[in-house]
Amino acid sequence: MLAFNFFGATEGGLFDINATLPLMAIQVVALTYILNSLFFKPVGNIVEKREKFVSNNIIEAKNKLSEVKKLEADLLTQLQSARTEAQRIVSEAENESDKLYKEALELANNEANASKEKARLEIESQTSAARDQLSKQVDDLSELIVNRLILEK
Amino acid sequence: MFFNSLLTNFAALEVGQHLYWQIGNIRLHGQVFLTSWILLGALLVFISLGTKKMENDPKGLQNLLEFLWDYIRDLARTQIGEKVYRDWMPFIGTLFLFVFVSNWGGALIPWRLIKLPSGELGAPTADINTTIALALLVSLSYFYAGLSNKGWRYFEYYVHPTPIMLPFKILEDFTKPLSLSFRLFGNILADELVVGVLVFLVPLILPIPVMFLGLFTSAIQALIFATLAAYYIGEAVEEHH
Repeated sequence: MLAFNFFGATEGGLFDINATLPLMAIQVVALTYILNSLFFKPVGNIVEKREKFVSNNIIEAKNKLSEVKKLEADLLTQLQSARTEAQRIVSEAENESDKLYKEALELANNEANASKEKARLEIESQTSAARDQLSKQVDDLSELIVNRLILEK
Repeated sequence: MFFNSLLTNFAALEVGQHLYWQIGNIRLHGQVFLTSWILLGALLVFISLGTKKMENDPKGLQNLLEFLWDYIRDLARTQIGEKVYRDWMPFIGTLFLFVFVSNWGGALIPWRLIKLPSGELGAPTADINTTIALALLVSLSYFYAGLSNKGWRYFEYYVHPTPIMLPFKILEDFTKPLSLSFRLFGNILADELVVGVLVFLVPLILPIPVMFLGLFTSAIQALIFATLAAYYIGEAVEEHH
């Protein structure tokens, strides 16, 4: 009975439930709408706008980074190909100069050989001419000697 | 009667006394509305000041409000789930803010200095009407959330793992608002009573740690209320497979 009086008294008491309840519920619902338009929507808009902005920037930065990496790789391959091209040109030039050198050498050799041959032939012909003349003179001389010997007898 | 007079005489605490407003046939607890209007007015002023000039680089109050918004969003998102948390975030946030502001307002502002003809001002959440109103709103919203998201399939939830669960799940629909309202009411009222009695007995120093404890409990109760409300809504909209 005591407890009943204390807690559930018709007038007053801790558990006195009356029209305060529905009115408070209506007040809270109204507060929900007010806070939604005054707080949740505007703050949400600005926070989500910023989050979108940040994530967009991150995506953009990532895209740019990948683009940079692609360009870097591209550049690297270009550099590589340029290097090989240069190497090719250098070796080609070396080959060509080598060839030219060899050709010139061969030409010079041939010329030298030809002039040597010519000189040899000339020497040979002169030698044989001199030998002919010498043998002719020997013949003349021997005939003269023979004639003289025959005359003396 | 003895207990009643003992309390009123001994502690000079007016437990269960109300400032009645009579409007036509209905009777209201005036002190609850007075404090709630003051506190909610302060909250709305605070929020309109903070959202008046919002910039992309937040400054001052806007920072605080954005932090609060983020906190409430995380709470709603973890409990309700990614899909529908957006619809319920304002409700959960309002519950949290209302309970938090009421609890802290009741604990921080020296209401007792204002004399009323009957009853005394205090946390609106220390009145059973307020907490039952909040709890019933939570019940209505989880029913609404379940029915609007899943239609009649919402009632599959009652027989979800096995039909044996049916009576327990039905019972839960009654125990949920009951536990929600009584937990909040009991904690806040008990805190007010403890502080009141201690202030009456030892007016200096001793009540201070209890007051800090009261602030802590008040914040925790607001968090618990909002989290449980979000959890119930999340439970109602969750898809069973």
